[in-house]
Order: sequence, then C-alpha cells, then structure tokens
Amino acid sequence: MSEAAPCPESLPDAGPLPEAFRRWFDRRGWRPHAHQLAMLEAAEAGESALLIAPTGGGKTLAGFLPSLAQLAEHRQDGLHTVYVSPLKALTQDIHRNLTEPLEQIGLDIACETRTGDTPQSKRLRQRRRPPQILLTTPESLALLLSYHDAPEVFARVACVVVDELHALAGTKRGDLLALGLARLQSLSPACRRVGLSATVREPEELRAWLSPTGRAKDAPVRLIRGGAKVDPQVEILTTREYLPWSGHMAIHALPEVYERIRKAGTTLVFVNTRAQAELVFQGLWHLNEAGLPIALHHGSLAVEQRRKVEAAMARGELKAVVATSSLDLGIDWAAVDLVVQMGAPKGVSRLLQRIGRANHRLDAPSRALLVPGNRFEVLECRAALEGVRAHSLDGDPPRPGGLDVLAQHVMGMACAGPFDSDELYREIRRAAPYADLPRKDFEDALAFVAHGGYALGVYERFRRLRQDAEGKWRVTHPRHIQRYRMNMGTIVEAPTLKVRMGRRRILGEVEEYFVQALQPGDTFVFAGQLLRFDGIRETFCEVSRGGEGEPKVPAYVGGRLPLSTHLAERVRGILEDPACWRDLPPAVAEWLAIQRWRSLLPNRNGLLVETFPRGDNEFLVAYCFEGRNAHQTLGMLLTRRMERAGLQPLGFVATDYVLAVWSLKAVKDPDRLFDEDMLGDDLEEWMAESSMLRRTFRNVAVIAGLIDRRAPGQEKTGRQVTFSADLIYDVLRKHEPEHILLRATRADAAGGLTDIRRLADMLARVKGRIRHRALERVSPLAVPVLLEIGREQVYGEALDELLDEGAQALIEEATARTDQAELPI
Amino acid sequence: MTTMHSANGLAGTQPTAKLCVNGAVLVADISGALYWPAQEALLVADLHLEKGSAYARWGQMLPPYDTCTTLNNLESVLARFRPRRLIALGDSFHDRTAAERVAPSERARIRSMTEALDWIWIAGNHDPEPPADWGGRVEPEITLGALVLRHEAIESHVAGEISGHYHPKASVRVRNKRISARCFIDDGRRLVLPAFGAYAGGLSVLDPALRGLFSREFQVHLLGRERLYRYPSHALVL
Repeated sequence: MSEAAPCPESLPDAGPLPEAFRRWFDRRGWRPHAHQLAMLEAAEAGESALLIAPTGGGKTLAGFLPSLAQLAEHRQDGLHTVYVSPLKALTQDIHRNLTEPLEQIGLDIACETRTGDTPQSKRLRQRRRPPQILLTTPESLALLLSYHDAPEVFARVACVVVDELHALAGTKRGDLLALGLARLQSLSPACRRVGLSATVREPEELRAWLSPTGRAKDAPVRLIRGGAKVDPQVEILTTREYLPWSGHMAIHALPEVYERIRKAGTTLVFVNTRAQAELVFQGLWHLNEAGLPIALHHGSLAVEQRRKVEAAMARGELKAVVATSSLDLGIDWAAVDLVVQMGAPKGVSRLLQRIGRANHRLDAPSRALLVPGNRFEVLECRAALEGVRAHSLDGDPPRPGGLDVLAQHVMGMACAGPFDSDELYREIRRAAPYADLPRKDFEDALAFVAHGGYALGVYERFRRLRQDAEGKWRVTHPRHIQRYRMNMGTIVEAPTLKVRMGRRRILGEVEEYFVQALQPGDTFVFAGQLLRFDGIRETFCEVSRGGEGEPKVPAYVGGRLPLSTHLAERVRGILEDPACWRDLPPAVAEWLAIQRWRSLLPNRNGLLVETFPRGDNEFLVAYCFEGRNAHQTLGMLLTRRMERAGLQPLGFVATDYVLAVWSLKAVKDPDRLFDEDMLGDDLEEWMAESSMLRRTFRNVAVIAGLIDRRAPGQEKTGRQVTFSADLIYDVLRKHEPEHILLRATRADAAGGLTDIRRLADMLARVKGRIRHRALERVSPLAVPVLLEIGREQVYGEALDELLDEGAQALIEEATARTDQAELPI
Repeated sequence: MTTMHSANGLAGTQPTAKLCVNGAVLVADISGALYWPAQEALLVADLHLEKGSAYARWGQMLPPYDTCTTLNNLESVLARFRPRRLIALGDSFHDRTAAERVAPSERARIRSMTEALDWIWIAGNHDPEPPADWGGRVEPEITLGALVLRHEAIESHVAGEISGHYHPKASVRVRNKRISARCFIDDGRRLVLPAFGAYAGGLSVLDPALRGLFSREFQVHLLGRERLYRYPSHALVL
C-alpha cells in the first residue's frame, strides 16, 4: 500500500498530525500528503468531507487518519468509526493494511470486519461488544441497523467512511446505504461522514449524497482534492494484423499484446465481458511459449480462485492478469505498470478507473494500451483518448432512489422497533436519493410493507405491520423479521449453477440458462479450461476435463456495457471532422474517405439514414450512436411501425453505433418513421410485454420483499415450482397498474437503464435533421453492422412468432421429401 | 399443421388444437381447458383458488387477484364452448382453508356456474370438500365413455386417462432462445392438462416424474399468447 508520499512534498504544516503519527511517518521516510492533512483539519472542525483523489493517493489512510488520531488521544470504548466498502474483499484488505500502522504506532484500537462471511458467533459478539472500528458492506450495515439494539451499538459513532463512493451513489446499493446512514445519523446525530471517491464529473452530486441532510447546501461537506496524478500515457495499438470489420474480442491483436506483456513488469489486461476474458486468456496461453505466469480473474470464478489470483498478484508473482470489471475496484497493486484495454472502453470514466490501476504513484504516469476490436472501435478508442486528455468524464444525472429499496428499508426499520411514520418519513428524506420523496410514495411503500398495499385491502387480517395504541407501527410476527433478514439486499443475481469437477472441486458459477442449452458431451470454455459438460445434478453443473468439438463460451446477461453518451458524442465529432482523421490508422481513414465519397458521414447533430437493396431485401441503416440497448428498443419500435406501414420488416440488428433493419419493401420516408411520437403507445405496449420489464419486475419484487430469494437447491427439491414472477406480473398489471411495485419497475426500466431517455433525446435532437441517402448498394460504414446479422439478431421477443418458427421448422424437416436420385439405389 | 386450426368453428375464432386420446376426440383450448365435444364436457385442472392469500397468510403479500382472474378465464371459456358439464380435475382450492377466504362476490360467481351446469369437483390432494352450498358434486374420479378422469395419473393405468396435478410446462429452443410455456402433454393414450389457475407454476414435462407416465414419444401443445403450438417430445429441451 503506497499510502503516503515517499518523496518530499511541499508540506503545509504538520499541525493536526499527532506526534506518534508524525514519528511513524518519519520512520518510514514518508511525509503525509496535503490532502491527508486536510482531512484531519476537516475532522477537527467537525465537518464531513468528500475526498476526491486518483488511486494511489493514500486515499484510504486519509479516510482513517482522523479517526485513528482521535482514538489515540481520547480512548473511547464502543463503536467509533464505521467503514463501508462495496466489496467484501476490500474490507479484508483494508483490515490487513490498517493493522500494520496500528501496531507500528502502538495503538490499542480494535478493528474488525463484518460481512456476510463473518461467523454467527462473532457477529453476535460484535453487537454486544463492538470494536472501535468496524469494516463492513452496505448490506451488513443495514442488517445491523435492523436489530433492536442498534441504538446502543451506534450511539457514539463519530465517523462513517464510505469508500469507492462513486461506485455506490446512483445504484440501488447506494440507495440502501443512504437510507442506512440516515438512520445512523438519527442514532448518533454528531456523526461525521467521509466519502472517498475516484475523480467524477459532478462532485456536487456526491457532496449532496454525503450530506447528513441529503442536500449539499444545508450542511457543510468539505471538498478535498487529492494531488492530481501526472496525465496517463495512453496509446492505441496500431495493429500489424488486418483490422477486422466487426467483432469485439480483439483476438487478432493478441500476438502484439503478448509482446507488450513480455516487455512490461506486470500487466493488467482488461476485457469487457467474461466471455471475452475466457477467449483472451486462452489465446494468450496459446501464444505463451515463454510460460509466463498469466492468470484469469472474473466474477463467475469461485471466490477462492479469485482470492488466490489476487494474492499472487500482491506478491508480485504474476506477469499478467486477464480481468473483467471484477478488478475495476479494489486494493492497490503497486507493481502494475501497464494496463491493456481489449476492445472499446465504452466510457471515459471507466477507462480512467482502469488506467488508474497501473502505477500507483502520483509522480509517475500510468501507461495504458487500447486495443480496438474493429474499425468503429478504433474511432471509439480515439474518442476516449481525447476524453482522457481533456479530463472530461461521463456521468448520468442522479436519479431518485428506488421505491423497492425504500420498501425494504421500511421493513428493516420496523424490525428494529416500533416507529412513528412521520418521524420515519422525515428521516428518510434526509437520505439524498430520497430528499424529494413525495409523502404518497412513502405511504404507498409503508402500505405495501404492512399489507401488500392493494386497493381491496383484503389482506387486513394478514398484516405484517400494525399500529399500536400510540400510533406506532410494529411487526406482527417474528417470522416477518426472519424473512426480512433472509431476503434483504439489493443485488439480485440471475439463477446460476455451480460448475463442479469431480465430487468436490468447484470452479465457479455459470448462469442456468447457458447450461440449459448444453447437451451432455458438449464442451465449453470456463475458468481458462476446456470442459466437457456431463449433466446437471441438483444445483451443480457437472463437468470433466477435455472433450471434443467446437467449444461454446458462456455468455452472461447484462455482461456488456453500452457506449456512454459522452463518448458517443465524441465519436460523432471525429466522424464529422476529416481533420481528426490524420491520426487514425490508414485503413480506417481510408474507410471514412470512401464513405464520404459514396454516401455521407454522420454528423454531430443530425441523423444519417441510409437505405439500399441487398439480395432480396431492402435495408435501412441508422447511424444513431446511442448504444446497443437504446438501439434494440429503437429497432423494436421501428419494426412495429414498418409493419403497420406495410413495409414487411423481417428483422433488425443493433450494435453500439448503428441500427440496421431489413424488410421486403423499401423505406421511402424516414422522417415520418423516426417521428418523436414513436415513444408513445407503441413503447408503452412493447415495454409492458418485453422480457426486459419482466426481469426488472422480478428484481423489484425480490428487493421489495414480495418474492423470496431462491435458497440454493430449493427449486430442485419441490415437485412443483412455487409460483413465477411472470404470472404475478401479468395479474398485477391487469388489476392494479399503478401499484407501487409496477411504478418501481417502470422507473427502473425507463430511467434506470437510461436507454429510453437517450432515445427520446436523440429523436428530439434529430427532428427535421434526418439526412436520408437512398443508395444503390451497401455503404462502407454499413458493412460492419451487416456482418453482425446472423450473429446476434432477434426479431422481437414475441413468444408466438418464435414458437411458430420452431414448429414450422420441425414440420419442414419432417416432411422434406427425399430426393430419390440422391439415394444409392 | 393439421392439429393447429380452429376446431370446426366450435370456439369461434379462438385458437384450439384437436387431439385424440384412446379414440376420443378432444379439443385443447389456449386457456388450458380441454373440451370433449362428444360429451359436451369441459375439463379444467388445478384452479388453485386463493393461492395468493395462502401466501399472504404467511407474510408474502402476493396480489389478491388470482381467484378473480381464474374465474374470469373460466367464465370466458365457458361462454365460448357452452358445455353441458364441467369437470374440475382437482386441486381446485389451494389449501384446506382456501374456500373460506374466497370473497362473497366470487363465491356467488362460482355458485351461478355450478347451478347452470352439471358440475363435478374431482378431489385433489390439496382439496377439502367444497362447502355444501357451493353446488356441484364431489367425486374421487369418474369414467366417461372411453376415458377415466382423475386428479393424479396412476402409472399402472394403461389407456384412456385424463388428469391434472403436475402443471406441465415445456421448453423449446428457437434461434438460440429458450422459450417456456404451459402445455398439454399426451401420447394418444394418456393426457395431462396444464394448470388453469392464474398463479399456478409448472413442472417440466422432461422431469422423470411426469415423463415416466408417457411412452417414449409423446407430444405437447404449448400455450402461446395467440395460439397453441405442437411439438414432439424429441424437440423439447430442459
């Protein structure tokens, strides 16, 4: 942990640093960073503080220093500081890294972790005799606050430290934490809050999040900036190989990447999906004649496996790790001196976060190499590089907190003890995501928790909460408390199966739907190995080594992030301005030049739409640059419209950059087709039926406490599945479309995924600015998307169309007449 | 697709599929009901009335609209086929006390149906006897023509059995997408109906418990949103 500046730095005045600490810094030849001292000053003034600093700035120590200093001077028994991290593993690392200075400075301060992995006995003891410093996660904190003894446990908490705040704010876990902190503040009104964050676009939003009143202007939250790092050196790989037209894996460049790994000290190879991680890892080992120690790290691998890789990395034993976002956050590895991004980065902030994992010293630049997977990705990498140079980050505006999380919190608070609804409402509004929560939404959440909140009120006698004589709300039965504890949390995972080799060895988890498509004997790549699928047994996917045939690669729902709005804008800017093309690889510059000659180039504010015939079909290609998800939705809406217009659409395919639709008849008037009113009834109708909304409803229902999480093995033991979220959704939608859970679902789907908003913004922007080119044949810029056809193309999600297609195919197969001439008789 | 068209305008424009079990010609309806023209009988399985409130009793507040939805569906299928007789193949009530929880207005709707028809409640494993004033008669099982109608299939029974209990559903893969839906399953000798209840879940027809009842080759009729779709057993996936 490079927690302080090893070299002399202009030191203000070591004023607030206690003597024992100063000596400790001296002994190590360190001097405290200016921002570390500023954090001490904020603490002395009793103010909350938001520290924004790049990785490697001694951020964590800066967060803890004030608490350590306070505890060193005035010993206080009981909980003094709560540290919250989004990662369980991070709490362990922080624990290790705190223990060292504590011992060396000679401080007798108890510091413990508490997560889902903490044994029951220790958890019980922690409530009775809490340590002075507790390192925990948002979920574990919420649980602690739901016990009746929370007022005693948290009574004297002086400080809460929220690490990686940028990764929590704006998510449902962030909502849960904000609500928990609001309660904690009521229990210990003098508590200060400290937020640690990577560089963000809008620090004001994080200040508001951190504020004990939920609003930045009402309470002082001091903004402290850590020393800015030297600008990173980012380079785009100009491949010697042929630059592919399509695909995202960037496998073509692996020999060159391998060369860079050889030459560097330690390399982090970041990829965008777990499937890509497996392929890149395989590819690198295929080339690995020197036998370099290269490891694999992604979220589906068994925890022990991941911990092993992290530990080997920390010891400096690895030459490279191929990783997904599973390593975006986490403990510093000083030794990493090169970060490789395989495939397009999708966002500037994300790229900066990843680059920040290299070279954790403020005085030396991080080195990064971007490896685009295709021609469009070259443009995207170029745009991202400019974004990094300009320090312009992407970020979505804050969204209101989820109503499902609110319902969960209300239940949690009821578990802690009887509450007054006015008081709870006021307390909840002090959490930033709920600062503007209307009373009606609160009352609806409360009604949902109490009795389901249905218009009929038929569940009166089954109430979970009831008002007592004083008007306070109480839980009616201990089983409701038990169910809350079993089901709380905001992370709802897709159902997975454990991958097991032999009787004991667990390699990790794959999503159930992937396994369901496998036949025994099929092979797939997982955890860097070629595995043979043997079958499903209970909740295990049983495999053995080896096998034959073309292996499949597990895909995961939601594995791919869409292109950020900010980056999309930059890409359009590059396309518009040929002066920017000089730096592009010749193949790409030439590609754009031919496009300009044959058709038009997309520009910043308009929308280029090309139509052309190809084979028996008429194609329409729209250069929207709004990300895959938004394009998927647009494709769905456009095909509906075209259907009604009698154009007989046959299918569409969406990439991050463009949308292509094909039909039997040609589109003549794109202006009408792209009219803004597209987002009206069609969208409503499609959304209601879409599987995306159904999935969202399921998650909302689990978080709000309507549906229990699946306990492992539970679903395989019962003969009949209990009930499905789909059926509940259909019935509720019909009878009570304004129920709070449906409102929460729609808010998630429309606002949370931001894609609908992006679409709406785009349609408004391009109104009257559609530039239509009716071409005789495919344009150069349209080639990549046409190559995607067949690879990932879906027409609608309509159950009936697919069922019919499957049934027809079988009939054709069965009735196909054998050609006598081909028979050997 | 011979089994897929409307059965002689019997059900108007509503989609149905014609089936044959032990010589008896039957019409599978998209609602999950089975119509037997020769007997003018309509069969439904596993209504599971008041499943929602059964969960609510223990604190899981499922929307209380399942009984209402199930009755709506039942009334609409009755209006289409206008049968003389209705046979509910058991598990009509989700649990022992379900009947007490049915709202008075819904009880009235049930009674008007039992009064208008020759109504038979086959006893299922969840069912108590329905309250006496609900109408209809209770039977452990009945034999009609070439068929025996009971709640749960009996493995040793060879030919001509119609039952419910298992809530069959099946999955197929089309364009690399897995699609699941409730379904009828039959092999020409035996048939199991899908559950009719609004909240009733499903069991895969490939589960040994269900598959074991049928010959090696069987067929399913999946309930789509607009039509029924026939698939042979070998085309199904888990």
